[in-house]
Amino acid sequence: MCAQHRYCMQDPSLEVTDKLLLEQIQPGSRVLDLGCGDGRLLARLRDERDASVLGIEIDITQHHASIARGVPVLQADLDEGLQDIPDGAFDYVVLSQTLQQVLHPKQLLEEMVRVAKQALVVVPNFGNWRIRLQVLKQGRAPVTEVLPYEWYNTPNLHLMSMHDFQDLMRLLGIEILQEIPIINHRAVEKAWLANLRAQHVLYILQRLEESSTKTESEHLLHSS
Amino acid sequence: MATQQEISEIRQHSGVGFVQTQLATLFEPPHSLKLAGGGELGPIQVAYETYGELTPAKDNAIFICHALTGDAHAAGYYEQDDEKAKPGWWDDLIGPGRALDTNKYFVICANVLGGCQGTTGPESKNPETDHSYRLDFPFITVGDIVEVHSALTKHLGIDQLLAVIGGSLGGMQVLDWAARFPDQIRGAICLATAAQLSAQGIAFNAVGRRAIKTDPEYKEGKYEKGAGPRYGLALARMIAHITYLSDQSIEMKFGRRLQDQDTFQYEMLPEVEFQVESYLHYQGKRFVERFDANSYLYLTKAMDYFDLASQYGSLTKALGKTDARFLIASYDSDWLFTTTQSKELVRALIECGKHVSFIELKSPFGHDSFLIEIKQLQKMITPFLEQAYQTRLAESAKKS
Repeated sequence: MCAQHRYCMQDPSLEVTDKLLLEQIQPGSRVLDLGCGDGRLLARLRDERDASVLGIEIDITQHHASIARGVPVLQADLDEGLQDIPDGAFDYVVLSQTLQQVLHPKQLLEEMVRVAKQALVVVPNFGNWRIRLQVLKQGRAPVTEVLPYEWYNTPNLHLMSMHDFQDLMRLLGIEILQEIPIINHRAVEKAWLANLRAQHVLYILQRLEESSTKTESEHLLHSS
Repeated sequence: MATQQEISEIRQHSGVGFVQTQLATLFEPPHSLKLAGGGELGPIQVAYETYGELTPAKDNAIFICHALTGDAHAAGYYEQDDEKAKPGWWDDLIGPGRALDTNKYFVICANVLGGCQGTTGPESKNPETDHSYRLDFPFITVGDIVEVHSALTKHLGIDQLLAVIGGSLGGMQVLDWAARFPDQIRGAICLATAAQLSAQGIAFNAVGRRAIKTDPEYKEGKYEKGAGPRYGLALARMIAHITYLSDQSIEMKFGRRLQDQDTFQYEMLPEVEFQVESYLHYQGKRFVERFDANSYLYLTKAMDYFDLASQYGSLTKALGKTDARFLIASYDSDWLFTTTQSKELVRALIECGKHVSFIELKSPFGHDSFLIEIKQLQKMITPFLEQAYQTRLAESAKKS
């Protein structure tokens, strides 16, 4: 459990995140889920969205559980990249609550927009006011509810706020198509003071090259 | 020698109990098998074993493809073989409640074309000359082997297999099956295998063949049954055996320990001074008792020739036509069939949008792991087959 008197970041609950992700994915798509666990989300995408799915999971027990759901799954370490996935092999690639735990988040994001047309990323927002307050008042590193680790054994290697994430996307040339803050277990499409209030955020991303050509053509369309 | 009681105790651990090898005669002229390397062959006798019961819908059959020097005896015991009570080579995997659950599935394993354990091969009698074929036996390929296995399943009344499973050369047969008869299989389990043998693998096979051919008793293949290039064949097996192990497994099993004394003998003639020497000599000797040298030449050559990508233009073209779901596993200590080679298959299957699962299993036992680490296999094969079967049942329920 969390250390006493410490704010614990709420878990957006799998149900909320799954539902949110499910809503974003067009029926009949090809979907890759990074860190797919027991294949729960992919099985739903297959059954409810007629998606053709693939999971990547490092844990062997979870790997077997995915197979038991009939979800195809590759055992691989996200810290070693996605070199076995061909370019553009998927419509969507999903990374839920994992980016903050990988060794090289920058490389992984670049790989994600390489292997899929769109990347759906759910990350915790460390710009949330309670965390800021905790750091300010107690001068202590934040601890989350689902991952109640101390600073020395936390799997959360890379903490970011919404602003930090946006900066990285600019640096990488990745366009944020949509930014959906999750506040108290609810997805709020347009949140006031999002970086202060959101506990988690869903980002829908795509490579800028593709989007800039799109914007250009839209621009041409407007001017003509 | 084991007592009767010991034998019966050992056998209680066998899942399928007593089994018998059966024979089928296929490709009777004029329906001879057209071989990939040219020419025809027929009739072909096939030695096979089955475990479990085929359902009336014939939807629960699983075919096991064996590796280079394996045979049809995959599970159970032979009743007549009292003194050497030894189970089939994958006995721990096959039987009631095991991964290939014989309460649910009908399991078939056959000796390969060109083999020497009951299926037509160089040792068999050529009906035209009434002598053994020996080197008159035509060249055979992995594809020819699969043609014969496929014909056997048809002969057993099965149109579509729930799964085909195999390791090493057996895994190559599974891949060839998926490419050659894409509609005949629902699942493909490929263990410690590749779409082509590496140059290193070909090199080791070449040395093995050389050892056989340079044995004076080889006599250009015309040796009598029971005689033949014993030393060359044993040497070929010793070399091959090293490639099946890993640095770590040799170290664990033998280290630098000596066999019969604590100090070096400082003599050249004794050849079994180190334990590892003694072990390899023993493996070679035992192999000669059960395997035919010409068969070894033919089968290693078939393995060297296998190249799925060049045969079909590319791996995606080869594997793109089947809707079978794939389960591919490699072993981290296997240096004969590497993880990189398995990943090439995975990559191609993802590229053509197939249902593929992959895992690199951890084991110290090198290439041989797929014959040893049964518990690991059990954990992934059980749910894989269960899903394949449930999906099939659901589909046929929908149709009716």
